[in-house]
Formats: sequence, C-alpha cells, structure tokens
Amino acid sequence: MTLRELRPGQFARIEKVDARQPGVVRLMVLGLIEGVEVQHANSAIGGDPMEISVYGTAISVRKQQAGCFRISPLASND
Amino acid sequence: MTDQPAVYVPVDKIGIRRRASASIAVIGNPNSGKSTLFNRLTGLRQTTGNYPGVTVERHSGIVQLNGTALELIDLPGIYCLGGFSTDERIAVDVILGRMDGSPRPDGLLIVLDATHLYQGLYLLQQLMEMQLPTVVALTMTDAATASGVDISIEVLQRHLGGLPICPVVATTGRGLEDLKAALEDIAHAPAPAIPESWPELSGTADQLMQETGGLLPRIDVIQALIHPDSKRAALLEERLGAGVLQSVRDSLFGDEPPQAAEARHRYRWAREVLREAQTQAPLFDRFGAQTMRWFNRPWPATLMFFAIMALVFQAVFSWATPLMDAIDAGASGLSGWVGGLLPDNAFSSFLTDGVIAGVGSVIVFLPQILILFLFIIVLEDSGYLARAAFLMDRVMRGVGLSGQSVIPMLSSFACAVPAIMATRVIPNRRDRIATILAAPFMTCSARLPVYALLIAAFVPDRSVGWFNLQGVVLLGLYLLGIAGGLATAWLMKRSALRGPKPQFALALPEFRWPNPQTVSIKLLDRARVFLRRAGSVIFIVAIVVWALAYFPRSAGIEADLKAATAEVQATRSGEDLAAEIRHLEHEAAAAQLEQSFLGRAGRLVEPVFRPLGWDWRVSAAVIAGFPAREVVVAVMGTIYAVGEEAEESSLAGKLRSATWPDGRPIFTLPMVLGLLLFYAWCLQCAATIAVIRRETNSWRWPVFAWTYMTALGYGAALLVYQLGTAPG
Repeated sequence: MTLRELRPGQFARIEKVDARQPGVVRLMVLGLIEGVEVQHANSAIGGDPMEISVYGTAISVRKQQAGCFRISPLASND
Repeated sequence: MTDQPAVYVPVDKIGIRRRASASIAVIGNPNSGKSTLFNRLTGLRQTTGNYPGVTVERHSGIVQLNGTALELIDLPGIYCLGGFSTDERIAVDVILGRMDGSPRPDGLLIVLDATHLYQGLYLLQQLMEMQLPTVVALTMTDAATASGVDISIEVLQRHLGGLPICPVVATTGRGLEDLKAALEDIAHAPAPAIPESWPELSGTADQLMQETGGLLPRIDVIQALIHPDSKRAALLEERLGAGVLQSVRDSLFGDEPPQAAEARHRYRWAREVLREAQTQAPLFDRFGAQTMRWFNRPWPATLMFFAIMALVFQAVFSWATPLMDAIDAGASGLSGWVGGLLPDNAFSSFLTDGVIAGVGSVIVFLPQILILFLFIIVLEDSGYLARAAFLMDRVMRGVGLSGQSVIPMLSSFACAVPAIMATRVIPNRRDRIATILAAPFMTCSARLPVYALLIAAFVPDRSVGWFNLQGVVLLGLYLLGIAGGLATAWLMKRSALRGPKPQFALALPEFRWPNPQTVSIKLLDRARVFLRRAGSVIFIVAIVVWALAYFPRSAGIEADLKAATAEVQATRSGEDLAAEIRHLEHEAAAAQLEQSFLGRAGRLVEPVFRPLGWDWRVSAAVIAGFPAREVVVAVMGTIYAVGEEAEESSLAGKLRSATWPDGRPIFTLPMVLGLLLFYAWCLQCAATIAVIRRETNSWRWPVFAWTYMTALGYGAALLVYQLGTAPG
C-alpha cells in the first residue's frame, strides 16, 4: 500500500521511499522519511494534492509523489 | 539600565561605525515567527537596500544591547540549504559571505519554531556545519504549550552541544531580554559542535578539507559532495580528480540522490532528539484544531477561498467610499478656495487645475489601495496564501505550473513588483519565468484608480442580488486579468518555456492571527511608497501635463471671447446672460486646449488610437501612463479641469459629458469596455519592467512582456470597439 491509498483521517508509518522519482527528494527534505508516522489530514477538491501531517506539520503532497511512499496503515485513534 | 546616559550611543552613529559592531544573520523556517522577532528586536531601526549586482533585498536592522549594538540581517525563510530555489541560494551566499557588499556575518541567530521543531532541527543541523557562533531563539513556545507540546530546553541543549537556546514569545516580548543577553556574548561564543547525525559525512568533509589544503571551507566541501553539478564541486574535482570524488559519493549516498541520503540521516537524528526532548499530547483534541480541520476539508476550504476573494473586492469598493468622498470633497473645496483667493490667471490655473486636480485625483484612491494591501498583508501574515496555493494547485497544473505560482500571483493583486520578487521560491527557471510573465496581468493596486473612475462614471450604482453592480463589474475585470495571466502561462509553457511538469511540495502553515505590529509596519510602508509617488512622479507629471495643456495661450481666442462677451452683455440679461457667458467661456477654454502643446501632440497620436474610439485627450492620458499607470487618472484630471467640461465638479461627471466636436459622447459603452480591457492587459509600469529585467537577468523577457501585453491590450480594445459600433 502507498500513501496514495491512505484515506482522509487515517494514520500510517512510512516504510520505504523511492527517492529516485521526480519531486520526492523535496518531500524528504520536509521530513517524509522511513519510520515516521503520518496522517492524511485533508485534501483539495478531487483528493489531489493531499495534506499529509508529520510531527504536527502539514505538507502538501501530490498524488503522483504519494505513490512513491510505501506505508503500513496504523490503527486510527481518532 | 540606570546608567543609560553614560553608555548611550546615538542610533545614527551605529550605522556609520558598522565595522565596530558585529553583524548577525537571522535565519529560520518560513512562518517560524522570524519576521516578528526581527521587528521586535530592531523596532523601526530597519533599512532595506539591495545587495549590489543582484536584486536581492538586503533587509537589516540594528538591535540595541547594553552598551553595544549589533546589526541583524534578515534572510528569507527556508527549510534547507539545498539550493532548490533562488531564496535558498541567497541565504547560503549571505551566510558564507559570498554576496558582494556583505561581509561574512559574525554569527547566526537561528529561529526554531517550537510547534515545528522537526523541520527546524533539520535546518539547524545544516547550519551548525557552518561553524559560526550561534544563538538559538525558540519561538512559538506559547502555541506549543497550548497544543500540548512540552519541550525540555536542557535536553535539547545537550543534544545540540550546549548551544545557547532562548525561549521567546515574539508577539508579547517574553524572553526577549534573555535573548539579547545571549546575543551580547555571541562574538565570544565558540563555534558549535559538529552535529552527530551523520559522522561519515562529517569525517569525509574533514578529510577532504585536509587533502585539499583548505581549498574550500568545510561547508563548501559538504555542499560540493551533495550537489555534484555545482561550481564548488567542479573546483574540488579539479583538485582531486573526478574519480576520487565519485567513489566518495558512492560510498556515502549509494545510488540515490545525495539529498535523499542527507534527509534520512539528519531526520533520523532529529527524531531521536525529539523523542527525548519533546512530549506531545494528541494534537487534534482541541476544539479550535477540530474546527480548523473541518474548514480545511476540500469543499468548505475552496468555497471559503472564493468567499474571501469576493469579500476583498466588495470591501475595496464599498468600505473606502466614505473616505474617498471626504478626500474628493476636500480637494474640490481646496481648489475652489484657492481659485477664489487668486485672480484668474496662469498661476491660479497652475495651482487648481495642475497641482490640486492632478495630485488630488490620485490621492483619492489611497483608502482603496490601503484596504487592498491590508487584506493581502493579513492573508500573507496569517499563512493563508500557502493554503490557497494548496487548493489551487490542480488548477495551476492545467496551465503547466504548480500551486507554488499562486502565491506570487495573489500578491500581484497588490503590486507586481514584490510579486515578481516572490517568484524566487519557484525552483525551476522556466516555471519561474512563466509566472513572472503571468504576474503583471493580475489587477494591481495602480489599476484600481482607472477601473474605479470608469466604473463609477459609467456603471450604474445598483444592486444585483446580494451584490453591487459596480462590485460585480470590478470582479469581472479581476477575473479578466487572471484569465489573461493564466492563458499567457499556458501558452508560454507550451512553446518557449516548454519543460518538465513542475513538482509541488510545500509545508502548509496553520492559521495564525496576524501580528498587528508586523501588519502595521508593512501597511505604513506601502502608504509611504504610494504617497511618495503621488508627491514626486505624479506631482511632476501633473505639472508638466498642466503646462502642456495651458500653453501657449492664443491671444486671438482671448480677444474673440471678449468680443463675444461684450456682444451678449448688450443683448441679454439676468440668468440667461450668466448661462450664455459660461457657455462662451467653456468654448474658449476648449479652443485654447485644442491649440495647446498637448492638444497638438494629442492630435499627432490620435490616428493610432482613433480605431479604438479614443479622442486625443484619452490618447494623451494613455501615453502619459506608460511609465506608471496611475498617472493616467492624474492626467485626465488635469486635462478635463482645463477643458470645456470644467463645470462638472467630479472627474466622472466630466468624462460623462465629454463629446466629439459633432456632439456625440466619447465615452460610449464599447469605448469604455475597450479602455478597461486595455488597462486590464497592458503593461504600463516602468517599475515592473525594471524588476523583470533584474530578476530574469536579460532584456529579452521585459521587452517581450511589454510588446506582448501592449499588443494584447490594443487588440482587445480594438476588437470590442469595432464590434460594439459595427452597424446592425
């Protein structure tokens, strides 16, 4: 499963990042790396881009790049 | 502070003796409260200049400490020293003293946002590699506490090798004294410890530095390793051989981009530090956060975006009216008073028709412009512009750009000049130029006077549903500007600026109440700029235009007027006589204007603009407006004050009653629509042309932008007028 499939409100842990795809390094520099827990907080109309929350910071991620982040979903405590 | 008189140093002296005081670079993430802190520390003792050779604004200020003073240099907010965008390269160049005219700073004041420590620690690690004396200001501690985040300063400090960390609340000033005390000692502070996050990289950098005999400073060696295409990398390769450097890179980064490896190492370390230094309660428990989250859902957020935009346009048009009426009444009152005091001669005309009518017609728009700037500044300061970029990314993708271009385009509604400078955050040069070409299409505050004048004169003031018709027309003009800009970006991205689709990665700051001090400093700055322009450029243009419209005086027309007046005085009496004399005077004034220098010059260019339905007066005003478009209103104010329509008190009324020699009105619907289109699309602003030249570093783009936009404006006005007046 990738970040792309994470539903709004759900939490997940990033397992593997494919850094070679265009635009992914910029997201890694903002803190989306292996091991961190993220939440799909919101999105724009049509679900793209997604608003991904990491350590309390919201980061805008396009669906295309979201597909480069392999994740394992976490039980929602929301 | 009891011994203040003994150690008092006049502020102006400090600026001169800059060598004596140290200079400190202030750096942090975007929206970390850096500007607020900077304003707090320096107060109004700030100067904005330019680094010679580049257009980067050098924003600096003086902070007064006990007996000494430091120069603080404000730098753009960045997330890393990666050099993705121009802003990031500027920050690195300033810190390393590579920027001409700005020596290497003596120390760093690093601003860490307590609510976004994770990203802050990343930048901090990169900055610690610079080995400059460093003080850390931990801002937003109140917001962090409110959202359930608790940070242990001691633990944090231990991980950072004992760096001084001062918690501050910039908005209230809490902790500021401790920060100042820490800054006082900064010159004697030792260089910070090398961060422990990536020992392999640190070790390699040290080793390479030794091998090259200190050819490059340590941070340059690191940057050369991480950015293989940079100038520094080439320098290092020349010394060591490309093969050596490549094998070093392979062992450090593997087969992935170096910055990915750097992110993994540094963020892993940041997470370890956070795990020990920060305890966090669930963030979404609070009511406020939940409400914000609901508002940020796709549809509510998008609807809110459009509602905010609609509110701005309504406010600009309706809130400003009472103030504008007052200024207008004041100007005509003053003009009447001065005219009554002085005999009817050239000097009286110079004061009333030249100075007061010309400058007054521009000053009248100050309330509207300030309301517009207030909205833009508040949107900027509250962090909303980034949210707008997020919501509009999809739309921008349609024209080949990304949400990143939305922020400059929205700022462009206030003024294209800062907006074009704001394109520096866009990493790709082609995307940046496409955005620069689109920005001047957005309706800037200087277009507002022209729009406002023509709308007030020719659009009926009645309501359409919930809205005012004038407001709706204004909104339409704004949409027209947006359409022009987006279409241009789309065309450019499909032709001359074709390139890969831009990526979009942006941190979205949460909504924050704007800081009144920051907002008022920025707003006062804008008011000053506007009034200075009205007092200098527009004042001079008004005088020149008045002189051209007043001289030469024809003695023949004067004599004819006297003779005709004598004739009617003999034949008529009472009301009738007064009306007849007024009529004769206006005819004489019109005849004088027509044979004036301006009248003759206007006739010369009239054929060019005749197909657009413009008479020589409109044409002359438009030409005068090419250096700065708000001049147009001043020129019209002066021309029409001198001419035959002088009896109408407002400029709008004068325009309505302006006619061709055969009595047909000049300002017909097709003509006004064409004129509005012309203003919507034409590039009449020398400042914008200059800033495009500087930001693109070539004459090619400003020349292209000017030609393209002028042709577009002319073509549109021509089309509308010809279609609108076509028989049948």
